[in-house]
Amino acid sequence: MTRNTPQSHQPLKVLQNISITAATVFCFTFILIMASGAPPFKAFFYIFKGSLGSWVKLSHVIQAWVPLTLCACGLLYTFRIGLWNIGIEGQMIMGAVFSTAVLRLGTQSAFPWFVLILSFVAGVIGGGLWAVIAGFLKTRSGVNEIFAGLGLNFVAQGIILWLIFGPWKRPGVASMSGTEVFPTELWLGTIKSLRLAPVGVGFAVLAIITSAILLRYSSIGLRLRAIGSNSHASYLFGMKPNQYMLLAMLLAGGFAGLAGNLQVTGVYHRLLPAISSNYGYLALLVVMLADYKVWAVPAIAFFFACLNVGSIQLPMVLQVDSSLSGVIQGALVLATLALSGWRRFQTAN
Amino acid sequence: MTELNLTILLASVVAGAAPIIFATIGETITEKAGLINLSLDGTIMLSAMVAFVTAYSTDSIVLGFAAAAGVGALLAATVAVFSIYLNQNQVAVGFVLTLMARDLAYFLGNPYSRLAGPQAAPLPVPLLSKLPIVGPILFNHYWPVYLSLILIIVAWWYIYGTPEGLKLRSVGENPQAAFARGIDPRKMQLFSALLGGLFVGLAGATFALAIKPGWGRPQGAEGTGWIALALVIFGGWNPIKAAMGAYLFAFLQVIGIYLQGWFPSVPAQVFQVAPFPLMIFTLMIMFFAQRETAQIWAQNTPWKQSLLKLLAGNAPACLGKPYRPE
Repeated sequence: MTRNTPQSHQPLKVLQNISITAATVFCFTFILIMASGAPPFKAFFYIFKGSLGSWVKLSHVIQAWVPLTLCACGLLYTFRIGLWNIGIEGQMIMGAVFSTAVLRLGTQSAFPWFVLILSFVAGVIGGGLWAVIAGFLKTRSGVNEIFAGLGLNFVAQGIILWLIFGPWKRPGVASMSGTEVFPTELWLGTIKSLRLAPVGVGFAVLAIITSAILLRYSSIGLRLRAIGSNSHASYLFGMKPNQYMLLAMLLAGGFAGLAGNLQVTGVYHRLLPAISSNYGYLALLVVMLADYKVWAVPAIAFFFACLNVGSIQLPMVLQVDSSLSGVIQGALVLATLALSGWRRFQTAN
Repeated sequence: MTELNLTILLASVVAGAAPIIFATIGETITEKAGLINLSLDGTIMLSAMVAFVTAYSTDSIVLGFAAAAGVGALLAATVAVFSIYLNQNQVAVGFVLTLMARDLAYFLGNPYSRLAGPQAAPLPVPLLSKLPIVGPILFNHYWPVYLSLILIIVAWWYIYGTPEGLKLRSVGENPQAAFARGIDPRKMQLFSALLGGLFVGLAGATFALAIKPGWGRPQGAEGTGWIALALVIFGGWNPIKAAMGAYLFAFLQVIGIYLQGWFPSVPAQVFQVAPFPLMIFTLMIMFFAQRETAQIWAQNTPWKQSLLKLLAGNAPACLGKPYRPE
């Protein structure tokens, strides 16, 4: 209802936009790979083979899809109310830190599953706390959420490094490879022969369904949108914009914190300096490309995860850098923004 | 012996701060006109790569710097055009470009990784470099370092001392009023983005051709752009204060080596986090200093008033709010 371009709802128009964007990015990437001296079709083929070529590869993709989807779902709330939660990266890190704290306390416990559940809660609290700090800085101290979030990201990065090299260092020597690996009782159960934890996938699916219901059918979703469209008017209608901003931040941080937890309990089984794998930042791109719509998030997150996982082997097979995936992802979002801008420019003139 | 060490320390602060000063002052100029170029971190990486590759292929340091400045201006222009003419969120565009430009640098620069390339030769200023203490600190550097020192003064003079600078600021403070006075806010913002981006590009070149010579993944310049963004705020959108922030940060970086000796369990990266809490703190102080209670608190007490004045670095009133012509 806030969209001033009703055409964008027509399926044909959407399809046309997608094809234009995809074709532009394809040509751009094609030229780029040529410039780097590698055969373009081979590069695309290797990305495809490296992501969907086998069940093991697919499980890696889903492993990346889980945190990406969780973060993207969280970001839907903050975008809806008009906040740019760039601090999601730090929120994910703090989720992982809080979870690790609980797991460390519970290594000798007789009830490992109970420790795991506690760690989920701790992760959500850690991420939520970090988000609410940014939220309070915004609502109480007038600090723009972008700069607050950015600052807190780096503070979180400092905290995780300090912990890994200081109080939580491995017996012997501390290193960038992280803390000591947790005992296997504290690992999330995985499907045999695949390193994939079904619990994580369950959480991601749950996050999509919850977000879809909350944003589309609940009064919370409606109010977030109302405040995001016109904060002052919504205040005059008796809503409390500040409270809803904190709520949106809390939800985003909670989802990100859970993603951080799953990186620890389900993937690495220890705390690493790069525990967030930049999935928070990447999730921002996912949501932008999804045009802030919940139904598009899982598919785009899956595509991005394919690119990330598929490009890992590029340095070995083609001697090109794996950052090609990031270039494609960025180009897609940029092309989408350009096209939407061009359409508005056309209607305006 | 200690005196010698202090001289070396300060000299390395002046040199190490040079690229940060380029980036910080470039962004200050852009933000003065009301436009936020969030793509700094990626721009520095891409311009560093282009600077190295250009200098490597043409064997010309100057061409390397010129190419890097071009890349900086191009990326800044992208943010400006998307924001000003295509009505897109400038934060979104800047953020995408940050990630994309960095990845592009890694991807295209890959064949040039870890090659021994040309680098700027030290260029002591005749006579001045012979001065005791001041000589080695200020006048025994690569030429980009001198450029960074000159830029601080020139940028300050440009922003506060010339009619062009007044136009720039007026667009950042109140574009409608500026328009009424016959200034085209869109052109002015585009120009400020190009000018600022040029200097951000120089920051990348200074890394790849002087301070951290060479290209690779990681190059060592990672994260500088975010720090520069923080320092612009820390400096209250004043180029001289921002440059002081850059020196403070470079000092922390250099002293970090010593600090690590004293606190061996804390990795050096932790000290590099310092600008960010400072940035948040500055923003909070700025907010509270503008409140009425703060004004009442400072009433009749000159030192409190000057303290408030020092802290209340005013953001350009229309920073990040794009001007839409009627």
